[in-house]
Amino acid sequence: MRVNVAGAYSTKFGKHPESSARELLTDACLGALEDADVSPVEIDGIHVGNFMGELTDDQGHMGVMTADYLGTTGVPATRSESACASSGWAVREAAQAVESGTADVALVAGVEMMHATGIERLTDALANAADNEYENSCGLTFPGIFALIARDYMDEFGVTREELAEVTVKNRANGVDNPIAQYQEGVTVDDVLEARPIAPPVGMLDSCPITDGASAVLLVSPEYADENGLDAPASVVGSGASSASLALQDRDVLSRTRAAERAAERAYEHAGVAPEDVDVAEVHDCFTIAEILAVESLGFFERGEGAYAAVEGETAPDGRIPVNTSGGLIAKGHPVGATGVAQVVELAKQIEGEHPTQVEGAETAVAHNVGGSGASTTVHVLQAEGAGGGS
Amino acid sequence: MPSWFNELLDAVEAGDAFYLSCADCGASSLPPRDVCPECGSLELSEQELSTTATVETYTPIHVTIPAFSGETPYTVVVAGFDEGVRLTGQFVGDEVEMGDEVRLGVGEHDEGRYLTFEAV
Ligand SMILES: [Zn+2]
Repeated sequence: MRVNVAGAYSTKFGKHPESSARELLTDACLGALEDADVSPVEIDGIHVGNFMGELTDDQGHMGVMTADYLGTTGVPATRSESACASSGWAVREAAQAVESGTADVALVAGVEMMHATGIERLTDALANAADNEYENSCGLTFPGIFALIARDYMDEFGVTREELAEVTVKNRANGVDNPIAQYQEGVTVDDVLEARPIAPPVGMLDSCPITDGASAVLLVSPEYADENGLDAPASVVGSGASSASLALQDRDVLSRTRAAERAAERAYEHAGVAPEDVDVAEVHDCFTIAEILAVESLGFFERGEGAYAAVEGETAPDGRIPVNTSGGLIAKGHPVGATGVAQVVELAKQIEGEHPTQVEGAETAVAHNVGGSGASTTVHVLQAEGAGGGS
Repeated sequence: MPSWFNELLDAVEAGDAFYLSCADCGASSLPPRDVCPECGSLELSEQELSTTATVETYTPIHVTIPAFSGETPYTVVVAGFDEGVRLTGQFVGDEVEMGDEVRLGVGEHDEGRYLTFEAV
């Protein structure tokens, strides 16, 4: 696969009380089109990731809404939903549309508006990513599910809360220089440990914040980029996706994300690369434990070793495999339906050499986007022009 | 809650908890499945489930959903049965630890019934 990322843009992530899903989506799409120097009339496919617009905004059908507000009525447009991996799926569908020749110019966007909804109602909406009957009926919340996973992992490998907290310390430090990040201030391990509990061992600072935001990328065929003289140094060269049981209780090992393991294997094979080839990754750190499972599932660390990646600086911007140089979900924010495409925006900047926390010589990058408690995952490999692989 | 879940709760209350066993591969799963999640077989039968299980993980919930508003903190556990399935339920008792033995039951509040695990 080789599908060029011609343009990429994220709105500021954080609170947008005066805005709406349609306004943020439009801002993100126009930003990506301007970055690509392509007119909306060139678009021949629109893929929008959004998880819970019906519950937070009373608004579904956001694919069509995006087409309408870009003045591109008539273009095939749809919404992808796979919980927090909704826009990872949108990236996959758009990349496949371009690869197959169905579209030459595919716009991918994602949005979520979360602040205007009260915390208990929002917690309820997010819990729809879990199993409503087996999990939510007894009062289990979404952060609670990751707490169950974290305790299982900590018990098996003797990992401490201090060690989990190092993920937040790293990602909050990375967020300082990212102009779109919701949090641009660092924190200490003590800050994380002393934060208000949500579902121990998950506390407020082990968790991503509540975020409004939108992101978009414009994917084009290499032929279209050539014919129109587009500057598109980054390409999507591999896509993998997989699923696991809806409820955590049905997984063979509670603290193993098999869907991510399978998605990563497929994406690497599709791209013709190996985990050792990856220079930088954006992973789905909705909670500290989630980044630890991500770096294991992506093959960067053995199972049980992921907990020490941030502790030992291996995933720091100058480490062996820099992870979440954007600040990740924990610092950048997690407008759930936008996260998968936001990761691609950040990685395209890394490959262009224009990231605020630039990894020197970044040529091969990986995006890892998780839905629910790991029930769905997409993994994408991006590469610079001329890098190895990408058959 | 859908009727299948109410039937499961009724069975637990009556001491007749059950799980599903696959005649083809022997895998255990939970209702209301028609298809074995391990092998795709349609040959599933209801089997008696133990009344006690072992705590595999737990968390005290401090930030909750509207249905449990005002009831925090409460603890949710995932417990494993000898028959090869796990269930998720609210803990009833003073304190829970990993590996504790707990008994499956049913709790009730204004929003309806739910599965519980009581300290043995
Ligand atoms: Zn079977």
